[in-house]
Amino acid sequence: MKLITAIVKPFRLDAVKTALQELGVHGLTVTEASGYGRQRGHTEVYRGAEYRVDLVPKVRIEVVVEDADADAVIDAIVKAAQTGKIGDGKVWALPVETVVRVRTGERGPDAL
Amino acid sequence: MTLAAPHIDTGDTAWLLAATALVLLMTPGLALFYGGMVRTKSVLNMLMMSFVSIALVTVVWLACGYSLAFGDDAFAGLIGGLRHSGMAGLGPDSLHGTVPTLLFATFQLTFAIITAALISGAIADRAKFGAWLVFVPVWALLVYVPVTHWVWGPGGWIVDRLGALDFAGGLPVEITSGASGLALCLVLGPRLGFKKDAMRPHNLPMVMLGAGLLWFGWFGFNAGSALGANGLAAAAFLNTLAAGCTGLLGWLFVEQKRDGHPTTLGAASGAVAGLVAITPSCGTVSLLGALVVGLAAGVVCSYAVSWKFKLNYDDSLDVVGVHLVGGIIGTLLIGLFAVKEMTGGAEGLLYGGGIAQLGKQLLAVVVVALYAFAVTYGIGKLIDKAMGFRASEEQEHTGLDLTVHAETAYDHGVLGHGAPVAHSVPATTQKVTTQA
Repeated sequence: MKLITAIVKPFRLDAVKTALQELGVHGLTVTEASGYGRQRGHTEVYRGAEYRVDLVPKVRIEVVVEDADADAVIDAIVKAAQTGKIGDGKVWALPVETVVRVRTGERGPDAL
Repeated sequence: MTLAAPHIDTGDTAWLLAATALVLLMTPGLALFYGGMVRTKSVLNMLMMSFVSIALVTVVWLACGYSLAFGDDAFAGLIGGLRHSGMAGLGPDSLHGTVPTLLFATFQLTFAIITAALISGAIADRAKFGAWLVFVPVWALLVYVPVTHWVWGPGGWIVDRLGALDFAGGLPVEITSGASGLALCLVLGPRLGFKKDAMRPHNLPMVMLGAGLLWFGWFGFNAGSALGANGLAAAAFLNTLAAGCTGLLGWLFVEQKRDGHPTTLGAASGAVAGLVAITPSCGTVSLLGALVVGLAAGVVCSYAVSWKFKLNYDDSLDVVGVHLVGGIIGTLLIGLFAVKEMTGGAEGLLYGGGIAQLGKQLLAVVVVALYAFAVTYGIGKLIDKAMGFRASEEQEHTGLDLTVHAETAYDHGVLGHGAPVAHSVPATTQKVTTQA
C-alpha cells in the first residue's frame, strides 16, 4: 500500500475530490495547511507598506491506496490540481506497512 | 425698538442634541477603526484606550476643563477662568447663543474626548494602560483646553485677536492630536519588531465599519459646529461629504499608481484624511474648495504615512500622517479657498483676499503644533520617569489584551496570532470538580 500526500491550491480541492471519486478511491483526509515552495509567498500592501507573507494557504490531501493504483491516483490528482501557474503544489507517495479499520479491526487492503 | 431677549431656539437645540450624540459616536467608531488596524493580540487594549478616554475626559471637562476653555478670558486670550468649575452657575436656563449652555458644553466635550482618543493610535500595542489613564486627563487640561480657548474661547488669541479661521477644530482637534501623537511615540520608542515584522491590520472589515461610523459622526462634528439648524450647517454638511469623497478617491488613485492595488484600508484612510482636512475649513470654503481640500489631503496623506519608515518614528496607526498632515492641509487651505459667503468677511488668496489670511492660518498652525508637541513630550517624559509609560517586553510580545486585561478578543487555534490560554476551563468549574 502507498500513502499519497498532495499539497495543492485550496480552490482545486473539489476537482481533486471528484477525480478520486471517479477512480473509485473511497476515502481521503483533508487538512488545511500553509507553506511555500519556489513561489515564496506573496506580497500584501497596507497604507503603502509592503508585507511579505511567506506562508501561503494550501490544503493537504492524504489517501492510502493499493500499490497497483498508486500511479493512477497520483496522475489523477496532478491532472485535477494543475493550473500551470506557480504554486500548484506537490504530490508524493510513501510505503505503508499496515492499515487497520478501527470499527472492525480489518487489516491491510481490506481496511481501505 | 427694544432688542428681543436672548431665547432658546428649539430647532437649533434639537439639531445640536443630535449632533452631540453623533460626535460622541465617533469615539467608539474610532475604537473600531483603530482596533481593526492593530494585531489580534492587542485589539481589546486599543478599544479600551478609546472607551476609557470617554470616561476620563468627561470627568475632567465637567470638573474644570469647560470653564478653562470656554469661561471668560482670564489672561491675554490664553486661558479661561475657573468660574464655571463643576459647571457652577450653569443651569437648564443658561444660554449660549440660541442653545442651552449645558448642551454647548456637552457638544464641546465630545470634541475633547475624541481628540484624546486619537492620540492612542500613535502608541498602539506598547503603552502601559495605567500610564494612559494618567496621561489622558493631564493632557486634556494642559494641551486641549488651552488650545481650545485660543481658538474658540471668548477673547481667545487665535480667532478673536489674530483672526485665523477654524470652523470645526483643525487646530484643537487634528493638529493637537497629530503633534501630540508624534511627541508620545518619540517618548515610547518604536514597537518591538518595527520595520522588521509584518504588523498588518488584523481585521479590515472592522476598520471599514469604524471608518463608516466616523464619517457618520463627522456630520455632527462639522455641521453641528454651526451651532444652529441653518444654512451654514447645511453648507458644512455638504462640504464634509464632498471632501470625504475626494479624499477617498485621491488616496486610491495614489495607491493604484504606486502599489498597483486600490485597497480597502486606503479607501478608509483616504476618507478619514479628507474629513480631517475639511474639519477646519467646512464652514469657510466653497464647495469647489471642499473638493480640492479633500483631494489634496487624500493624495498628500497617502504619502505622508510612509514618512515614519524613513524618519524612524513608530507612529503605529499614522496619527501624524493622517491627522497632523491632514489638519495642516485643511487649516492652510482656508487661506486660499475661504469665501465671503461662508465666512461673512474674510476671503482666501484665490478669491481676492490677499495673502494675509494665509499668513494668519500658517502662524496658528505653527504655534499650535509646536505647543502641543512640546507640552505632550514633557507630560510623556514625566509619566515615563514616574511610573513608566511603556509596557514590558514580555507584555508587548505576548499582547496587551492577555497581559493587561486578562482577555483575548478571539478564540483562535494555536496558529493564530493571539495567545490562547492552553486549558480554558472556567476557574469555577475546576473548583467545583475538586470539591466533588
